[in-house]
Amino acid sequence: MSAHAITPHDRFEIRPPFLFRWEDSQQAHVLLYPEGIVKLNETGGDILQLCDGKNTVGQIIKQLSQRYCAADETTISNGVLNFLEVSHGKGWIRTTA
Amino acid sequence: MAKAGSEPRLDGGGNPVWLLLELTYQCPLQCAFCSNPRQFADYRQNELSTAEWIDAMSQARALGAMQIGFSGGEPTLRKDLEILVAEADRLGYYTNLITSGIGLTEARLHALKDAGLRHIQLGFQSTDRDVARQLAGVDCWERKLAIARSIKALDFPMVLNVPITRQNIGQVPDIIDFAAELGVEYLELANVQYYNWALLNRDQLMPTREELERAEAAVREARIRLGDRLTLFFVIPDYHEGRPKACMNGWGAIHLTIAPNGDVLPCSQATNFKHLEFPNLRRQRLEAIWHDSPVFKLYRGDAWMPEPCRSCSEKETDFGGCRCQALLLTGSGHEADPACSKSPHHALVRQAVQQAQRARLVDAPLIPRHASQGIGP
Ligand code: SF4
Ligand code: SF4
Repeated sequence: MSAHAITPHDRFEIRPPFLFRWEDSQQAHVLLYPEGIVKLNETGGDILQLCDGKNTVGQIIKQLSQRYCAADETTISNGVLNFLEVSHGKGWIRTTA
Repeated sequence: MAKAGSEPRLDGGGNPVWLLLELTYQCPLQCAFCSNPRQFADYRQNELSTAEWIDAMSQARALGAMQIGFSGGEPTLRKDLEILVAEADRLGYYTNLITSGIGLTEARLHALKDAGLRHIQLGFQSTDRDVARQLAGVDCWERKLAIARSIKALDFPMVLNVPITRQNIGQVPDIIDFAAELGVEYLELANVQYYNWALLNRDQLMPTREELERAEAAVREARIRLGDRLTLFFVIPDYHEGRPKACMNGWGAIHLTIAPNGDVLPCSQATNFKHLEFPNLRRQRLEAIWHDSPVFKLYRGDAWMPEPCRSCSEKETDFGGCRCQALLLTGSGHEADPACSKSPHHALVRQAVQQAQRARLVDAPLIPRHASQGIGP
């Protein structure tokens, strides 16, 4: 995966063959892929749900700051960037133009 | 906020997450390492109908299963495969087809794509035509190459699955190059597990430790060279490693297999337990089978474990290894898997490794999977 840092202007989408969806029986978002399943925690699921290829990273941070009523956007921002980096490294998401 | 690598460990919370449908045990190939029952021919008259498979899928989905594998035998021999895939997709499964490729055509691939199939695992024997024929028992090499290309041309995510044996282990570097050139996402160099036909041919199939180490070195080198282009799986097999595999994540934990006749199994090898009477979909609901049948409760959890597993710190990671292997090698499914170096029966595995090395000197022919060989111990 590319090594350069994620910027607020980047846009991400779920990368095939991964399939991202809500799973009722787990009460969680899951990522399904050939012969594997990842169950996401709540915040992970919230972030990936916003990776629709349209939202920029900056917009994702803003939306989640509002949703979590965060007093300090930096914490949210660090968390989002960190999670996106990990997700990108694992090949779950890819950048869109 | 999310921490790096925050992935809550997936378990079914007591429910199945994996459903494997063995649609038929019929197959045009005769692989010497086939893990189908030796009595595969007996299942032919009793295969579940389309409606019965659909009912099974919807019952398992209601229990929480998310991944579905269509397997066999050769699943494409079932004319209703497209219908079943479409129904599985509609129910919300991630659909996987596990096939030899023989029986697939471009038209069927298109139909499967339209039905919602998400991934194809193609079994592949070798880049060397003669070796491929020797292992598969029939000559289908060119058809396989052609179908592999068609699968990629249709942009299916694809796992190339190569059961590794003494015969093809020398071709691992070529196989890696072939997979990279083909553009598959994953190459699984799957060391053969010795059940059924593979167990029958064990002496002739098992590679040596040195061969395994050479193959592993080739894999390491290729991982660096190919980077993200290709994900390579290779694990030194349990016979050589002294470590048991965490089979099925534990018996009756997350996995459910349904045999062609509707028998419901904790694992496709469970039919090796000849004295067990398996629950059947035609007689019982899946929910009752999963939760209450004696077969599923037999090795669920760890209460059944004798020593050395009972007081072992690894029992929560490997669940005492494979129950079927314990049965096949020691005669009792309750024993620690003899692949484990702590097992009192570990000598059996070490002997098997040595015996396979001696057998090389003789070089007896492989016994192909064939109905006439299906009777016996
Ligand atoms: S291992 Fe070979 S013979 Fe057995 S089901 Fe698969 S393709 Fe057919
Ligand atoms: S003794 Fe049993 S639990 Fe411990 S490592 Fe061996 S098989 Fe696993």
